Amino acid sequence: MTATDTGPRLRHARGDIPFALINYAGFLLFALVCGYPFYYLIINSVSANDISALGDVRLWPVGLHLSNYEQILGLPGLTGSMLVSIARTVIGTGTTVLASAFLGFMFTQERLKNRSLWYRFIIFTMYFNAGLIPVYITIHTLGLTNNFWVYILPAIVQPFNIILVKTYVESLPQSLQEAAEIDGAGIVTIFFRIILPNMTPILATVAIFSAVAQWNSFQDTLLYVTDQKLYPLQYTLYTYLNQANSLAQAAQNAQGDLGSIASAATSQTPTSIRMTVAVIVVLPIIFVYPLFQRYFVKGIMLGAVKG
Amino acid sequence: MFFIVLPFLLLVFVFSYLPLLGWVTAFYDYKPALGLGGSEFVGWMWFEILVSSETQLKQIGQVMANTLAMSFLGIATSLLPVFFAMLLNEVRAKWFRNAVQTLTTLPNFISWVLVYMIAFSLFSTSGLVNTTLHDWGLITVPMKFLDTDQHVWLTMLAWSLWKGLGWGAIMYLAAIAGIDQSLYESARIDGANRFQLMRYITFPMLMPTYVVLLVLSIANILNNGMEQYYVFQNAFNREHIQVLDLYVYNVGLTGNSLSLATVLSMLKSLVSLALLLAANAIAKRARGSSII
Repeated sequence: MTATDTGPRLRHARGDIPFALINYAGFLLFALVCGYPFYYLIINSVSANDISALGDVRLWPVGLHLSNYEQILGLPGLTGSMLVSIARTVIGTGTTVLASAFLGFMFTQERLKNRSLWYRFIIFTMYFNAGLIPVYITIHTLGLTNNFWVYILPAIVQPFNIILVKTYVESLPQSLQEAAEIDGAGIVTIFFRIILPNMTPILATVAIFSAVAQWNSFQDTLLYVTDQKLYPLQYTLYTYLNQANSLAQAAQNAQGDLGSIASAATSQTPTSIRMTVAVIVVLPIIFVYPLFQRYFVKGIMLGAVKG
Repeated sequence: MFFIVLPFLLLVFVFSYLPLLGWVTAFYDYKPALGLGGSEFVGWMWFEILVSSETQLKQIGQVMANTLAMSFLGIATSLLPVFFAMLLNEVRAKWFRNAVQTLTTLPNFISWVLVYMIAFSLFSTSGLVNTTLHDWGLITVPMKFLDTDQHVWLTMLAWSLWKGLGWGAIMYLAAIAGIDQSLYESARIDGANRFQLMRYITFPMLMPTYVVLLVLSIANILNNGMEQYYVFQNAFNREHIQVLDLYVYNVGLTGNSLSLATVLSMLKSLVSLALLLAANAIAKRARGSSII
């Protein structure tokens, strides 16, 4: 070992520097490819509408204004859709978190007879389903089409979440529960008073996964809902994509009715409508995601352990 | 004890097992308005229709080709997240690593509708790419990226990678963090350089995770999901974008035959189950533990 070579960590191979450069450049490029579209939507939604419609807003906002957001909120059905999205996210997340916590805990309890049979009964559905159409027919027969609860009920029991919670509960010290049992606590008391408060990290993971899934869900509306009052934001965005032209006209007319002369910069174009609604849909994700990233990572790692 | 979990078991039964009863509609000419009782029993008619007419067979052939092409392209690129993780692990600056991780996993958390919205604003005839190319004088006529039947499979693969690559790498990054550091230290003392460490330690240590995921993706070869293909489908690319899941939807809910779609649903579920059991048996033999 020479004097300059102070330890194994500092040993450099030939080609290290070019490799690092290419590596950084490659990741920078891919990160831009992933991040720029979001930035593009945002700057276009706050730029002068006549310029953004030409596709000329690329690097920073041109003719900054926020009136798109005011006008978009007046579009038919949008506030309703927001409420549907929020309601299904809150109720859907709440019920699935509680159900996962409870079932994950129960499947660690030896007092539950045939627990491994029931556990498999649930886990099997992760790998096998009857198929799109048979499920559709069942939901239709149950009268759940055009019903808000079609967003909630089928999503309550999630096998993957139950695996996560069960693995977690198994890692908790047994003594917690034993002490409570000696004091004569019943199973429900033990769950709510002892286990539930100790499960917060894993429940945060389950909550964030299911909140994102509920917020993003589109297919259940496509299959089971034709009533516009029950459209969540994702679906409304999809319909806007197809009817942006007529909506832009409607928004312009509405402005005309108010007696104000719509300037080219603020009157709605198909582009401005699409971009603004897209930003409204994506913003919660962009804000929430970095805050909860570690929970996502923890979740997928725990899931991987289970394989 | 059993009674407090019963409501949840009932939910699972109703939404996951009860639909199996729906398989009988494969043998009826099912009309939702009439119910099963009012619909006519037709025996194996739908199965015969499926294989009898030339055009039908040709269509199914195309659908299967699309389905398998998308699955195999996915499998062929399944090592990319491994390389992504290994290379990102070589980045020394922690802030850069974190920033890359956050930005590249973000697309995984938006819906396919939004992905399509992004595709539309970037690649439609009046989108960013076309206007930019036009302003630079490279093209005079807008290029059609979306309304075309050219390279549909590759475009779909590209969007899947855009959405999923960063997230797919996270699991491997976690696995890398869990590798015993003494392995690297002793290899370094033996004079191994960075590339040798990657080649002879990191890569082999990631293989068990990779193989499990690979086996699962082989078992899922018929399940591409339909959302991605549904939002990207249009009159131009329909022939090459229709994967099995989308085809079942198109036949059953926008076409007119719930029964024919049930036949397809049912066959798909059965084949998938067989594939999964086979994959599981192989995994069991190869590594001694099952994957499901």
